[in-house]
Amino acid sequence: MFLINCPYCGERDQSEFVSGGEAHIARPKQPTELNDDQWAEYLFMRKNIKGIQFERWNHAHGCRKWFNVARDTSNDKIEKIYKMGEQPPKL
Amino acid sequence: MSKNLRINNKQFVDETRKLSFIFNGKKLYGYKGDTLASALLSNDIHLVGRSFKYHRPRGIMTSGSEEPNAILQIGNDDALTDPNVRATEIELYDGLICNSQNCWPSVKFDIGGINNFLSPLLPAGFYYKTFMWPASFWEKYEYFIRKSAGLGKSPTKQDPDMYDHRYMHCDILIVGGGVSGLIAAKIASDDNKKVLLLEDKELLGGSLIYDDNDISKIDNQKSSEWLKKLIENIKNDKNIIIKTRTSLAAYHNYNFLLARQNLTDHLSVNDRNNKIRQRLYKIRAKKVIISTGAIERPQVFHNNDRPGIMLASAVKKYIDYYGVRCGLENVIFTNNDSAYETALSLHKSGTKLNAIIDIRNNSSSEIVNKVKSLGIQIYWNHTVVNTKGYKRINKIIIMKLNDKGNDVVGKKIELNCDCLAISGGWTPMVHLFTQSGGKLKFDNKDNIFVPDKTNLNQLSIGSTKGDFELDDVLKNSIKDTKKFLQIENSNFDKIDVKCSKEKEKKNIWLLPSDKPLSKTKPFLDYQNDSTAKDIKLALREGFKSIEHVKRYTTTGMGTDQGKLANMHALGIVADTTNTNMGELGTTTFRPPYTPLTFGTIVGRNVGQFFDIFRKTPMHDWHVNNNAKFENVGQWKRAWYYPKDGESMHDAVQRESKAARESSGILDASTLGKIDIQGTDANEFLNRVYTNAWSKLQIGKCRYGLMLNEDGMVYDDGVTTKLGENHYLMTTTTGGAANVMSKLEDYLQTEWPELDVFLTSVTDHYATASVCGPNAKKIINKIFKDLDLSDESFPHMSFKEVRLGNINCRIMRISFTGELSYEINVEASYGKYIWEKCIEAGKEFNITPYGTETMHLLRAEKGFIIVGQDTDGTMTPVDLQMDWIISKRKYDFIGKRSLYRSDTIREDRKQLVGLLTDDPNEILEEGAQIVKDENKKPVNMLGHVTSSYFSPTLKKSIALAVLKEGKKLKGQKLLVPMIDKTIKVTVSDTVFLDKENERING
Repeated sequence: MFLINCPYCGERDQSEFVSGGEAHIARPKQPTELNDDQWAEYLFMRKNIKGIQFERWNHAHGCRKWFNVARDTSNDKIEKIYKMGEQPPKL
Repeated sequence: MSKNLRINNKQFVDETRKLSFIFNGKKLYGYKGDTLASALLSNDIHLVGRSFKYHRPRGIMTSGSEEPNAILQIGNDDALTDPNVRATEIELYDGLICNSQNCWPSVKFDIGGINNFLSPLLPAGFYYKTFMWPASFWEKYEYFIRKSAGLGKSPTKQDPDMYDHRYMHCDILIVGGGVSGLIAAKIASDDNKKVLLLEDKELLGGSLIYDDNDISKIDNQKSSEWLKKLIENIKNDKNIIIKTRTSLAAYHNYNFLLARQNLTDHLSVNDRNNKIRQRLYKIRAKKVIISTGAIERPQVFHNNDRPGIMLASAVKKYIDYYGVRCGLENVIFTNNDSAYETALSLHKSGTKLNAIIDIRNNSSSEIVNKVKSLGIQIYWNHTVVNTKGYKRINKIIIMKLNDKGNDVVGKKIELNCDCLAISGGWTPMVHLFTQSGGKLKFDNKDNIFVPDKTNLNQLSIGSTKGDFELDDVLKNSIKDTKKFLQIENSNFDKIDVKCSKEKEKKNIWLLPSDKPLSKTKPFLDYQNDSTAKDIKLALREGFKSIEHVKRYTTTGMGTDQGKLANMHALGIVADTTNTNMGELGTTTFRPPYTPLTFGTIVGRNVGQFFDIFRKTPMHDWHVNNNAKFENVGQWKRAWYYPKDGESMHDAVQRESKAARESSGILDASTLGKIDIQGTDANEFLNRVYTNAWSKLQIGKCRYGLMLNEDGMVYDDGVTTKLGENHYLMTTTTGGAANVMSKLEDYLQTEWPELDVFLTSVTDHYATASVCGPNAKKIINKIFKDLDLSDESFPHMSFKEVRLGNINCRIMRISFTGELSYEINVEASYGKYIWEKCIEAGKEFNITPYGTETMHLLRAEKGFIIVGQDTDGTMTPVDLQMDWIISKRKYDFIGKRSLYRSDTIREDRKQLVGLLTDDPNEILEEGAQIVKDENKKPVNMLGHVTSSYFSPTLKKSIALAVLKEGKKLKGQKLLVPMIDKTIKVTVSDTVFLDKENERING
């Protein structure tokens, strides 16, 4: 079970959080202008890489805030935690 | 105790406290401090069980958790009996009852023993190969295979014991209270760290605490004496919390560990009352030090499994710790120096040692020289080629090894013995290290896997790390712990250690015999009866990966998880395939390290505490009025209120009729409620719902449908505009939390520019929903000054009124199709307002109805229930709810997906009504709908989602999802059931009051 350092509350058990999948996939501002392939790219396509992945996490049973996590999927090590709206770190 | 097997005056057993126990129906005695195993051995009992496959007689082999053979059924109570308990681990208590497993009629005469003679017919993979053909016979085979599978008997009644969970946090967790763990604990404590020290045995000190030889010295004291002083010191140390009888079960990422403490298993049954049996610790440690020690390996030779063949370290422990001789005619068979400590213990206790057989050519260490000087015969460069004695070893046959060590030469020599102490070296217990994700490396010198790389803040010390000699263990533990904790100096820096040093090493994974391998039984996994032959067969049949070899031969798959002989299996694979063992790798070590009871895992979360449940403020009223309850999410919702022994069907018919003909009342408090405020609240609603919200006026309500981004229906509910920038959204009962988190997600991540605040108020309000033609009269009786005229208070509108001190929000909205008012009050007034409605409605026969009637009433009107009529694959178009999709809005969640190539298909499943040809026939929800049941494979067109008997329409009605359903209206279709086929006609989804006239009473 991970220990996650919520940027608003500090270190808490993973059981207080939910994962929201890959980060930095912005919802298109004008969805109606996209063709099916472009929309499907946003809707369905996820990288699911082995290595450092940028993810969204939510402190669901705490402050309810969403934030970003850079996690190494091969060993679950959390490299960096940063707030929504911030750019992904170079790792 | 006819034979003189007890050695008196041992410090760890209390000879003044004699305990009786029953083994296989026979009353025996032992002492306080014994394990069940040592007590059995002191009664000259070695034979305790039968092996799994061949039913060979098996005896106690070890003195710890690695025991493969001595696993017994403890207790004879249906609820309390415990299978697969290792006799080597259970502390003896007065009145203990135990029985052998996997034998019938008895362990001494076991019918299954015939398998031993059939063993040539039962090679590895026998079951896979034999029970494949013909495939249709599997059901018959399965019965017999299941019957012969498994070892012990599960308890058949509910476990009456109490179990507990506890969280613990510490700076340093030390797993294993042997000498290296104790030193590390002391160093950490001296550095003012909070230390948690776990030891699975009753006493601290590991194997050094009973060490009785005169060669090992620490600071010029006998090593065990030195250790005792350290333990006293640690026990008085305020920085160190010690948990004994506590074994680590699992080591997870981020230094999160689970440990199980036994609290009552060592007490006599009468002393256990009202005590917690086991406690599971959930530990979060900043740093972890693993000092779990090492397990001695057996040697692999023909018939190496007879009762009386034991690990040399176990023979030593039974003598030095428990004061029990395992035999009176002992022989030691070894490949290393550690077994010579057993020789010294045997000699010192006056126990006869006939000979030592050593596969090495010689050894010139201090300890071996000492044994030589005692005049004990040592057969160098010899191996055991066979053993005799079916239920207890009585003879061994040895031969000389050739130069290469791959064959035997010379004459056979027979030696008498009733106990053969074997030692094949030591295996570090790296299980926890690998469970935590650590990677191992192979050490060619000692033929062991040792910890290498880890991502966690952890350290392995002592023999877990591969240090086996006392000076290495102590000095490296001190050095490594200091480095790990970043400490300059410790009180142990000047420690002086003297011990014997091993100089000659030799290892043969599979010892040669005078017979060909096919004629021998060199066991690797004692519990699962897999032999070196099986491994070689698996390799011949093409299995290469060690994980496949393990599964095919079942080596290491017993309850002992192959702690003893997994290394030999790896070694034999490596030798046979000419692979380096480091490249071959190991099988995966998975938690738990030793088996856990289910009770420990669930702790207090049993019975009514299994899950939390939520009750509405009116809950007690429902209970007092005989409601049956239904679980909706975590809520307990009133399901129906049977009167005078009514069936559910009858109750629902009565409730539905009353609601349509006069008045009904429903507790709607469980609906999710979200308070929405902010200057952009209206824009926010426009983005999350499919329909338009811009023109909604204050005091009006609107039904909304929420989609996922993929266009599928996610939730629905009515939202009321309370003020200019203030809305109250309702959601489905089960979807409340998900909707809330989804809306928060969009607000925080996609639309942070919106000025909107969400607050969940589900628990803050209670809701009584009064419906029916007489609803207006009832509300009027309660709120006398309220203008209820359709002009002032029309359908889909809202009024806020006071009743005394109570603020009431009344919405005129309807899920039943009847004239209906929903009164929302602060939760603490919920029961009051409910009873007020019941009282006012008495003259109109106001009838409380539950969720089942609610479902029936809404189905008559064709209203959907998200999650019942939808399943995450239904778009609003599929639901024939096109009317709710705004054409003018530029965007809302899911809009773009509504015209993807897949969502515009005409042949999607669509919501329709179904009427049975026989109006009394009620369809089953979930039943499949077909057109032609004779043409195989039968094409499934859809399924029934809701089905009821309508008392108002006097016929059965159903909703269903059906492929191309919109086009099929009026079509005759079939619903095949197990015993009949029901004829149905596709209909409209609205069955009652298509003109919506009842909404006005």
